This record gives sequence, C-alpha cells and structure tokens, in this order.
Amino acid sequence: MNLLVPLKMVPDLVEELTLNEAGTGLDRDALTYKLNEFDDQALEEALELKALHGGTVIVAGLDTPDIDQVFYTAIAKGADRAVKITGQFDPLVDSWTAAAAMAPVVASLEVDLVLAGVQAPDDLYGQLPVLLAGRLGWPHVSVVSGIELDPQARIARCHQEYSGGVMAAMETALPAVLGVQAARKTPRYAPISRIRQVMKEAKLEEVAAAPAADGGRPKVRRLFKPESQGHARMLEGDVTSQIEQLVGLLAERGLLKVRV
Amino acid sequence: MSEIEKERIREKESVVVEGITLTGQWNRMFEQRVVWDYDPTNLEKVVNLAGGESLGWCYQCGKCTGVCPVDHVGSYSPRKIFSKVRSGLDLFTDPDLWLCTTCGNCLRVCPKGVDMLQIMPAVREQVVASGAAPPELQQAFENTFRYGNPLGEPARKRADWTKEAGVPVPVVSQLKRPVDVVFYVECYWSYHLRGKQAAQAMARTLHRLGIDFAILGMEEKCVCDTQRAAGEKGLFELFTEQNIATLGKYQFTTLMTPDPHAFNAFKNEYPKYGATLPVVHYTQLLAPLVATLPFVRELPYRVTFHDPCYLGRQNGEYESPRQLLKAIPGLQVIEMLRCRENGYCCGGGGGGMWLGSFAAGHESERLSERRVKEAVSTGADVLAVCCPFEVSLFEDAVKTTGNSGKLIVRDIVELLDEACTPKTEVSIA
Repeated sequence: MNLLVPLKMVPDLVEELTLNEAGTGLDRDALTYKLNEFDDQALEEALELKALHGGTVIVAGLDTPDIDQVFYTAIAKGADRAVKITGQFDPLVDSWTAAAAMAPVVASLEVDLVLAGVQAPDDLYGQLPVLLAGRLGWPHVSVVSGIELDPQARIARCHQEYSGGVMAAMETALPAVLGVQAARKTPRYAPISRIRQVMKEAKLEEVAAAPAADGGRPKVRRLFKPESQGHARMLEGDVTSQIEQLVGLLAERGLLKVRV
Repeated sequence: MSEIEKERIREKESVVVEGITLTGQWNRMFEQRVVWDYDPTNLEKVVNLAGGESLGWCYQCGKCTGVCPVDHVGSYSPRKIFSKVRSGLDLFTDPDLWLCTTCGNCLRVCPKGVDMLQIMPAVREQVVASGAAPPELQQAFENTFRYGNPLGEPARKRADWTKEAGVPVPVVSQLKRPVDVVFYVECYWSYHLRGKQAAQAMARTLHRLGIDFAILGMEEKCVCDTQRAAGEKGLFELFTEQNIATLGKYQFTTLMTPDPHAFNAFKNEYPKYGATLPVVHYTQLLAPLVATLPFVRELPYRVTFHDPCYLGRQNGEYESPRQLLKAIPGLQVIEMLRCRENGYCCGGGGGGMWLGSFAAGHESERLSERRVKEAVSTGADVLAVCCPFEVSLFEDAVKTTGNSGKLIVRDIVELLDEACTPKTEVSIA
C-alpha cells in the first residue's frame, strides 16, 4: 500500500497576525509558518496504517516557506519519501491551486490512499481533499476517523461522526482520498537527533508543478478583524424592574408575539 | 550421618573438624545467596549505556537516601532506584525515570561515585528517541526546537523585555564594535513575566556600574542544558552548534548569564564542542563590584537564600550570591538548615521545570513547596534566588502552601536594584 499525505504550511499563531497595507490579506513579512495540525493528524494515521499493513508513506507539499523542515520531521517520524512540488506559489496558497498542482503528482506516484488533513485555518470548509479527489476522479470521504484498511479487497473503511451522537460506518474502494479529522493516537514526537540525521542524509524529491488553468477562484476584496456590532447592556434596578425592562426590550425588538 | 542435598551443595547435619563438632549451619554460606537470583537484564540495560555504568557500582550504603530531595516527597534516591532496578523495575518505562532533578546531592555524598547526572540523561536519551517521554516534556522540546525557547514564545519577542528596562539595552549585532560583557539573558528572563522584571533590574544594575554590555537579542537561543539533562541530547547539540557560531561572530571579554544551567553548559559542556568561553554567572560578575553600587536606601528584610543546584553543588559557587546579599544595607541574611553543599532542590532541574503535572502524580508535594516551608520556618520574609527557574516555582509554592503575605520571592538582582532605587519609585509588596 502506498499512502500519501499532503502537507500544507499555515501561519503560526504564536506571532500576532497583522493585515497588509491594502487590507486584502495578512502582512506576509510578519508571518512564520508551521504545519497545519490536521495534516499532522493525517500523517500520524498514515504511519499507524503503515505499521499495520506495511507499504510506504509519501509526504508531498508545495514549495512554500519552511516546508523543508516539515518534510525532514515527517521522515524522522517514519515517512519514506518526501516530494516537494516546485513552482511559484503564494505562501498561503489556496486549496484550488494546491489541488491542481498536487493531483498530477499523486497520479504519477501509484498511490492507493491519500490521507489529507480534513481542513486548515484558511480552508475551514475542507476543500483540498474534495478538490483533489475530484481532479483524480477518485472517491472521497471527509471528516473521518477510525480508518481501517483491507488491502486484499482494496477497501478503506472509516467513521464519520454526525451530530446527536450518531456515527456512520462507511467504506470506499481504493484508490481514494480521505479527509482525516483525527488520528487514532496523538501525533508522535520526532527526536531532534533523528531530525538532524535526516537533514544530513535524506534527499527531498522535487517535481515541477504542471501549469494549471486558473479556475477563476474568488479574490479577497477586504480582510479585517471582527468588528463589534453591539455591546451587552446591563439592566439596572430591582428584579421586578429588570423583568419589566427585559420584556419591554423584547417587545420593542419584535421578539414577542404577545403584545404587552 | 545424614546429608541434605540442596542446590549444588551437600549439607551435613554436623561435622567434626579438628576435634570440634560443627553444626551443618556453617555450610549455608556456600549456598546461593538471594542476590544471585535477580534477573540482571534491567540493570544491564542501564549499565551498558555510555553514562549509565555507575548505577552498577551502588553498594547500597544509603547515604544518598537522606539527601535526595525527591526521596523526601516519595520513595526515590539512587539507592532505591538501584534496588528497584535490580529487583525487576524497568527504568526505561517506569515513571521514576523522570523524577530525578539532577540536583547532584546524591553524588556529593556517594562513596562509589554513582552519578545520576550521567545515568538519568543516558537512559532518558534512549526513551526520548523512542518517542515515549512524557508529552508535557516533549512539548517543551518541540517549543525549543521551533521557537528557540521552551515556553513556546515567538523568537521575535525575545528582547521585548528591554522596552520596560528604563535604560538602553544595546544589541551586540547593532553595536558593530567589541563589547566587554555579553549578557546572555536566557529564556525565562526573556519571556516569563517575573523573569523579565529581573532582566530589567539587571540592565539597570549594569548601567549603574558603568559596565559596557550588550545582549544578543533575537539571535540568542536557549542553551538547552536542562533539555540535555532531560534526555534531548540532539536538541542540545543542535543549539550548541548554533550558539557557538553566533557567539563566534562577536568580540567580548566576558559572557555573563543569570541562568546557572546555561552557566553550567557554557563552562562544562561547550568545551567538548570546541568552545572555551569566558563565562561567569551574574553573581560572580557583580560580587567584586558591589561596593561601588550607589545604594540609596536600606532594605529592612530578613532574607534567606536558596542555592541553585547548578551554581552551587555543580559548579562550587556559594559565596558570590551571599556577598551580594550581605552588601545590601539593612538586609539580614538567615541561612536555611539545608544550604550550600546540602541545599535543597527547587524541582526545576533535569526537566522538572516542564514535568510539573507528571511529577505531581508521583510525589506527595512539590519540591518547591518543601523548600518554601523551610524558608518560612526560618522566619525570613524574603526568599532570595539567582536562577531563572526559581522565581515562578517558588511564587507558586508560596501560594499553594498558604504562605501568601508571609514570604515573597525575589531575585538577588531585584533586591540590588531596589536598594539603588529611591523608595517613592518602588514597593516590594
């Protein structure tokens, strides 16, 4: 089994986020980057599946700032190959572009299962696994945990949790793309001595991204910090007076059907 | 005469030797002793490691048990560790591995040189490499690797404390000239709220003494001596290489740090990596100059001083901190029973700083709480420290032992600064 985990860099919130002068994005100079934590979950799940079934774990990501360090760490944890997709990418590359660049590479690597982080701070709708599966023409299940593989039958089983305490058990034929919500255990620690050894010995593979047509994805017109719409108002007076004020307010705002 | 066959020994009920009748009991000295029945596997796992050898030298005299700070709050001490390992405990998987603070008091009294400062890091290194260290410790390692400090604070903010110092704090890369003293601030003085206050007091003190000093600013990274003792040797080596390269860019005559752990690494570990640095602990820099400090007021405090393990026992410096305290007008120094060579441990060393929750499950109380109670019992109203780990640990312990209002914790340099500041500008409470 070949398992592939896409890795994506996101802003490290240890630094305060500031807006650029145009007010259309983040000030890139003030950013540092770290691995999307859902991708770390997907990597851990892939390494656990490899321990159960054998095979290889490939990590792949777009050439964005600090990603080499993330590749080395992934190899130190047990990934077998790291593939860097080179090209001119925005450090905060959008999921549409990422999926377009990644799909041909995934298709060329004889991958049986893609385990992608379910979402990212700048991709809360979890578009990457969906778009990647769409481009590959593979089945896709997202927001999953409890992944089991049946390599002989070429089937992946997984759980999808719904509201109200309901859990769906699903299965899909391979190859497939799963959007991983949580690994079966906490992502493992990579000892620094091993990371250093990997940095000296391991080779990162590089593949140039194929040019992709722009799909006309949305442009950000304005990025801004949440603006306060109103403030809590404290009601004064004794309890009876407070109740009268409250009922009066609710009626005034049209929230009461019965006229007071 | 009847005989008993036991193991490989034939025991007679009695035997006559040179006309004297001996009972069969004398044979028993040739029996297999119980100690031979122990499975040596777990002990061998430790003593076969480079650094782990000396655990096998323990002959169970128990001198360490009386002085081990962890034994006072649990069942520990090197003697007990040896005994447990010999009778089956696997130190590689047992919580005992993480409780030693590498305070070194056991080694001071050990007639055999059983050295926990070597044994614990050696075993921990194996366990850290296997990914099985306690998660809170791994978090501190990851923070250090990523941000250059175990607190997980941004590297960019390392010199933010200087803004409130009230005096200029030059950064050596911007001076573009040799400097007398490089002030290696270290992480807790750079980021911890109370540490930053001590760093600011230090900057003001250096100014009052007219010392030409500078910091490394954002170039400074954790020295990682405690991460080394906690088993992350790779991290220590990585940062050692980087710090040696950084320091190598600048000309200075003295490297001064407030952190006894950093001091220990610069003095005893860095030479192994090719760097011999002119390092002093800040108390050593200030002690010969303290008479020239412009004190403006008396501090009417009864002060007791906690010897940092890595300044005192590990590096033999007991006098400089005391000289500074005794130079402060109006201040009275009271010693705790356990002081100097026999000083108790704050619990922060050897990774203890990042294992608070873990250790709490295995100890009857925190080491810092024991120490605070001892400080209170002397009648002191100030517990003076000179290690960046201690202020936060002891201030927490003052609260958790219900001693708020009875004892305050101050770094020595804060007391020096206070005595040089007119009363209207500062208040100890």
